[in-house]
Amino acid sequence: MKILVPVKRVPDWQLKLKLLPDGSGIQTEGIKWILNTFDEIAVEEAIRLKEKGGVSEIVLVSIGPDDVRARLEYALAMGADSAILIKHDGPADSDLASRAIAEVFKKGDYAMVLLGKQAIDSDASQTAQLVAARLNLPQACFASKVVVDGGAVTVTREVDGGLETIKVPLPCVISTDLRLNEPRYAALPNLMKAKKKPFEVITLESLGVSSDVKVKVRKLSTPSARKAGRKVASVQELVDVLQNEAKVL
Amino acid sequence: MGNILLFIQHVDGKVLKGTLSALAAARELKVPWQAEQIVGVALGSGAQVAAKEMLGYGLTSVRYSENGLFEKYRAEPYARAIALAAKELSATSVVALASSSGKDALPRVAVLLEAAQASDVIGVNPDGSLRRPMYAGNIIAEVELLAPTRVVTVRSTAFSPATLEVGGSECSELGLAGDPELHEQPRFGEIVGYEMSKADRPELSDAAVVVSGGRALGSAENFEKVVYPLADSLGAAIGASRAAVDSGYAPNDWQVGQTGKVVAPNLYISVGISGAIQHLAGMKDSKVIVAINKDPDAPIFEVADYGLVADLFTVAPELTEKLRGLRS
Repeated sequence: MKILVPVKRVPDWQLKLKLLPDGSGIQTEGIKWILNTFDEIAVEEAIRLKEKGGVSEIVLVSIGPDDVRARLEYALAMGADSAILIKHDGPADSDLASRAIAEVFKKGDYAMVLLGKQAIDSDASQTAQLVAARLNLPQACFASKVVVDGGAVTVTREVDGGLETIKVPLPCVISTDLRLNEPRYAALPNLMKAKKKPFEVITLESLGVSSDVKVKVRKLSTPSARKAGRKVASVQELVDVLQNEAKVL
Repeated sequence: MGNILLFIQHVDGKVLKGTLSALAAARELKVPWQAEQIVGVALGSGAQVAAKEMLGYGLTSVRYSENGLFEKYRAEPYARAIALAAKELSATSVVALASSSGKDALPRVAVLLEAAQASDVIGVNPDGSLRRPMYAGNIIAEVELLAPTRVVTVRSTAFSPATLEVGGSECSELGLAGDPELHEQPRFGEIVGYEMSKADRPELSDAAVVVSGGRALGSAENFEKVVYPLADSLGAAIGASRAAVDSGYAPNDWQVGQTGKVVAPNLYISVGISGAIQHLAGMKDSKVIVAINKDPDAPIFEVADYGLVADLFTVAPELTEKLRGLRS
């Protein structure tokens, strides 16, 4: 079976982000990009499923400008087989991504879409569900365990209050949570070899997908910082201030 | 413009407090989005009771279904039923609490209604645009939904629960005939089992007091020995940092932060947590923050109202004793 793994590149979460002066976006010049943390977990899970047998091919897909190639090559170096870059320089949202991913899925005889539960830049947590709905497929979101057994997948999901386990037939869409696995590092020789793996660059037009977005980001701002309080010297002083000053006890 | 549909989330008929926060957001949206009414839908066992209760919160018309399709939450049938209710009640917008099921099902609703969606909304602007956090809460985005139909999930900590208000009296069962695919459920799979945390403490997401433990606890035994009694002395819910969960000191669903729960209690006490940015994203809107850490330079002190630089194994039990003394 073939697995489609949609990935997004995002600014390194360790960076202190700066806004453009007009608030129209973040300053991206010269910043370090990484593979979205949750998508990296999805790539790792796909590779593990392939290592267990039964998976014939792992195909990556991403939407964005030319330099997304470097992140796709990193995922190829981890162990994915081929990559599709949908070249797009304009704004994109979860809806646009889901329409493009759904079209790629239809062309490829895939048994599974495996992707991160959210991108750590937009934090929307929509794309997996949108793809599943567009393809009218079952979804298993926020996965912390994935077991493929014949024509079905058993997925343990992280839900409010604990864990829920569901069994869904293939094909299906799975979104990965934080504790599904710990992604491997791509070794340097593999990074060189990854450049020789199949890499296709296509356009939204070639997929018949319009570049319209449904969500317009008008302006970004930084939240007002919480001001630091003060140190207390003892437990007794802490109890006193909580009682008499903060009045929360 | 059409009505706003509230997805009434409940447990066996008991409406979640977060549903009332979602309603508070819906009320704010009513004028800028030129909605005539707020209507609602409840699904699953106890749905009729939950639906009726919401008529006391200003909803003019509610639908419910206790059909076996909805006995356990599943994204596919729930999304289809919410979309059906939206059509039946002339709603062009759907608002829901951003719980795990709200996050799971609402994007599917958005596709069924061809709607634009904003997730985790924390504010409504007078012109109907929305505010939502991005980049682990380090950036707030002002977004505009460009489609005539809209779906919104609401971060409960950002809206005070809606209060009682005179509503309507129309409460009836949701007809399911309008969507034949609803009945094709086997192809969406089945629930195999649950493993839920024991619920002898308040729910983390809406507790008035939260006590969280971090990596400095050093072991699951210490976490239990130090954090549990402190939490219980305050009737608090327990949270944990990512590091503590990664180390196996606390279950996954106790994680507070960007990828875990977002909490904003009246009082948040962090014990042995350094305060990584992803953790701060999940608790920095708490009313009063107390930090106990032996490292005076720990970033948690930058957001704490009261910091105690000390060995947690000494001061946390002492604090527990003093709080117990206050209670008795």
